[in-house]
Amino acid sequence: MNERILPFKTILFGFAFSPKLEINVLETSRIAKFFNAKLLLLHVGEKTAEKELQINTILNECSEDNVTIEVQWKQGNPIDVITKTCKTAAIDLLILGALQRENVYQFYVGSIARKLTRKVCCSVLLLIKPSAERIVCNNIVVNGLDEPDTPLAITDAFYVANALGSQQITIVEELREKEVDVTIEDDKSLKKATIMKERLTNREESRIRKIINNQCEEYTQNIRINTQNIFGQRGYCIGHYAEIVRADLLIMNAPKKTRLIDRIFPHDIEHILSDLPTDLLIIRRDHLETKK
Amino acid sequence: MKQKNKDSNTFLKGLPKNIFAGFVVSLIALPLGLGLAIASEAPPISGIIAAVVGGIIVSVLGGSNVTIAGPGNGLVIVVLGAITTLGAGDLYQGYLYTLAAIVMSGILILLLGFLKMGRLADFFPASAIEGMLAAIGLGILSKQFHIMIGHNNASGGILSLLVQIPEAIINLITTGTTSEKIAATIGVLSLLIMIFYSKIRNKYFQLIPAPMWILILTIGFSYVYVGLDIPYPMESRFLVNIPDDIFGSLAFPDFSIMYKSEFLMAVFALTFIASIESLLSIKAVDKLDPESRRSNVNRDLKALGLATTVSGLLGGLNVVTVIARSSVNVNNNATNRSANFFHSLFLVIFILVFQAQLKTIPLAALAAILVFTGYKLATPTTLLKISKIGKEQIFIFLTTLITTLLTNLMTGIGAGILITFIIHVVINRSLSLFISHIFKPNILMFKEPDGGNYYVSIKHFCSFINFYRLKNRLDAIPENENVILDFSMCSFVDHTSFEGVENYVQTFDKKGGSIELVGLDKHDTDSKHPFAIRKMIPSMALKPIENYFTKRQKNIKITAKEYKWNYVPKKNKDTHFLSDFVFFKTRKISYYYNNLFDKNNCKSVFDVEFTEGEFIAKEIVKTTIFHIKLDHKIPVFTLDKEGLLEMIYSLAGFKDITINNHPDFSKRFYLSGENEEEIKSIFTDELILFLESNPYYHIESNGCSIMIFKKERLLSVKEIKAMIYFGEQLYTFLK
Repeated sequence: MNERILPFKTILFGFAFSPKLEINVLETSRIAKFFNAKLLLLHVGEKTAEKELQINTILNECSEDNVTIEVQWKQGNPIDVITKTCKTAAIDLLILGALQRENVYQFYVGSIARKLTRKVCCSVLLLIKPSAERIVCNNIVVNGLDEPDTPLAITDAFYVANALGSQQITIVEELREKEVDVTIEDDKSLKKATIMKERLTNREESRIRKIINNQCEEYTQNIRINTQNIFGQRGYCIGHYAEIVRADLLIMNAPKKTRLIDRIFPHDIEHILSDLPTDLLIIRRDHLETKK
Repeated sequence: MKQKNKDSNTFLKGLPKNIFAGFVVSLIALPLGLGLAIASEAPPISGIIAAVVGGIIVSVLGGSNVTIAGPGNGLVIVVLGAITTLGAGDLYQGYLYTLAAIVMSGILILLLGFLKMGRLADFFPASAIEGMLAAIGLGILSKQFHIMIGHNNASGGILSLLVQIPEAIINLITTGTTSEKIAATIGVLSLLIMIFYSKIRNKYFQLIPAPMWILILTIGFSYVYVGLDIPYPMESRFLVNIPDDIFGSLAFPDFSIMYKSEFLMAVFALTFIASIESLLSIKAVDKLDPESRRSNVNRDLKALGLATTVSGLLGGLNVVTVIARSSVNVNNNATNRSANFFHSLFLVIFILVFQAQLKTIPLAALAAILVFTGYKLATPTTLLKISKIGKEQIFIFLTTLITTLLTNLMTGIGAGILITFIIHVVINRSLSLFISHIFKPNILMFKEPDGGNYYVSIKHFCSFINFYRLKNRLDAIPENENVILDFSMCSFVDHTSFEGVENYVQTFDKKGGSIELVGLDKHDTDSKHPFAIRKMIPSMALKPIENYFTKRQKNIKITAKEYKWNYVPKKNKDTHFLSDFVFFKTRKISYYYNNLFDKNNCKSVFDVEFTEGEFIAKEIVKTTIFHIKLDHKIPVFTLDKEGLLEMIYSLAGFKDITINNHPDFSKRFYLSGENEEEIKSIFTDELILFLESNPYYHIESNGCSIMIFKKERLLSVKEIKAMIYFGEQLYTFLK
């Protein structure tokens, strides 16, 4: 086992006063319990007595034991405040509520969450359908791109799967069509491309196998591991795939630093953010790297 | 090296066949080449130049196999327009300017080939293209009808020419000269030959194509006069004009008005129509190819572009791939590109050897051939066919047709595209569906791990705007594979896409693969045609599935007939017979539909929709199940492959059962149930061997019946048949 498991010790949840607030708090505290983590609730905005009462009532009703919950109120630009808090409070996981196709969703995913996923130094979990009752997270889909961050994401996927009691992990390798260096124009080039794809698939399979073999057995033994190769646009295919196999959680590498041009021509994670298929966990651990 | 030898061997073996096919094609190409050139008001020889240059260059450099290149129908209108507008009254000068435009368009087509724009033709709505073709047909017909009845001086737009037809007929009868009347007689007789040619079933008569019969008969007719020593009663203005010295009198392009906007418009229109016509023809000819080879369209475009440039420099028309001549080529057993080459060679021979005879061909005879061609393009059956697909398609067709008739081709097709898009927006009552997803990928394709089917899922919408994405994916699948196209996440599919997919279905069928469409049951449509527009509107999703029009349903019905089973597509909510299966203990069944059952009603296959979870986390799943009622009791058990479906049965009393002496089986399958002893007794060695050696299915028994299913999605008809086969064998084991 090469990778160390880095547990999520402190979780931050940036909340807004939406009708879903109670459900969001229930869900996040449950997640905190699964990871044995401390939960920090942060509201960016004015602290009024009314709001405080509301959150306290919810916290009192929330019945998860053994979870330390702390509420913080800060003022300022939400993005700056949250980014800063992540750094200062050594947050491991930032949870954002992102309701599918609702105003809050527009608000968070459309702008704030997208910026946050790029700026913050920790992993980010976007919840699209928090619920008061626990829904078992059975099926996890994780990316297996040929990138330096991937082993970390897969290791974390196993960690999360064990914490949440998932039964299955599917590692999806997205292969760019470009890697098949043949333009399909006629029968001959099709044959060539098909053979090439087979070869690439085998290469990817063995790469993924290696990563899986490097995992700690204690984490892998109770989980079914599938792999799936997909030729197509990166970042898009995995989202569509997760929707098709009805995954409960999608785990992705953190996006690399983006330039303006990447905004104009959406790629990789942008596709998923603009049309969230399921709950999304973006793995980033740079604050630990820098600490070392 | 060996491969090369083999290739050249088959080439030599096929040579006689290809020479013959090339010969037959040249018999048609000769009259058509002359006729199309005359119809465009260009010198008749320019059509032949295009065919000769096209045949030689495209056969050497092209990427398709059995196509024929030459002057095309579609371009008649464009070239005619260019010659009249650029020449400003002087037809010959206009022709020289147009040659320059042809050279330029050749260069542009060459560029399109290098830019891999072979997919250009996919961006046009099918009905708009039909409308455009009908307009071209009317354009050819309106002008040539006048020439056919000896009325050479008719002029005006397409519509006014059409209106003038009755008047011209009356004029001919009342005040026509002898020459005009003879020309008209020849014309009408030629048209009759064209019409009744296909009805005459004589082997020897059919050896020569109809256009060639017309030439032979009319040339023979002139020899009758020569024999009787009477002067030919037709003035030269009613006859084809071919220069005496062909090589000495070649025309060369005049580039002096290159900067003018009319010139640029002409170049643009020529390029556009030439590439569309070629691409559509190549696609159509690929379907005719007996060896079902796939043409390299980009390479063909490059060759056509080069050929057009050369043809224009020598005074010829645009070179395009032509469907009618290509299909004659295929019907005469052509096997490779050499047929195209020989067709050019024979044309050269004809022109050089029969020069004197060709000059006695009456224009009316050629016009008759073109009237027939024009009528076939604009036949009312096209409209009838389109009207069956849907009312909106008629609207698109007529808009394109009328706009083209009133203005020009480019405006016409533009209007067709615009109106199609507007109709799509109106039908969906949503502009954002299109705007927000237009540049985003919407296709997922992957090879399923077990069974190796290709699974393609389409999201959002699929219409002429983004059909190329789907096409790119389908192009990348070898045609002998099985493909499932899932439209269940796609809320709108248009007619163009269905037609495009149907093309692939046919090619895959031919090469031993298959494509099946699933997930269209919930889509709403207002026509019974399988290619009709289908849309899913959220509120409609609750409507019962009684549409009964999808192709899959049709195929299930056919399967029912084959098996002599019954088929009821209707939704049925009476699902209690499934509820005591362990699988459905935690899942709520909404209904089942598409029920296929045998006479005794004990074996049945049906699609079932069930939900998992509640409220927000509710997921709707559809799957296809094979259900068999047993006439005796068997123990309750479930058999699942290790690690395929997410179901761990934590039900009381259920335990994992290991069958002794079959470690491999126990490793691969997860068998569980309450009564271990009884279960072990029915899992005999034969049954275990059967299960091990067959594809995996999930099998469950509830005591008095068994349920089999494969995947948590609807199965294609092919998969259904495989499942029935598996189930019936399993049934005999359990007896």
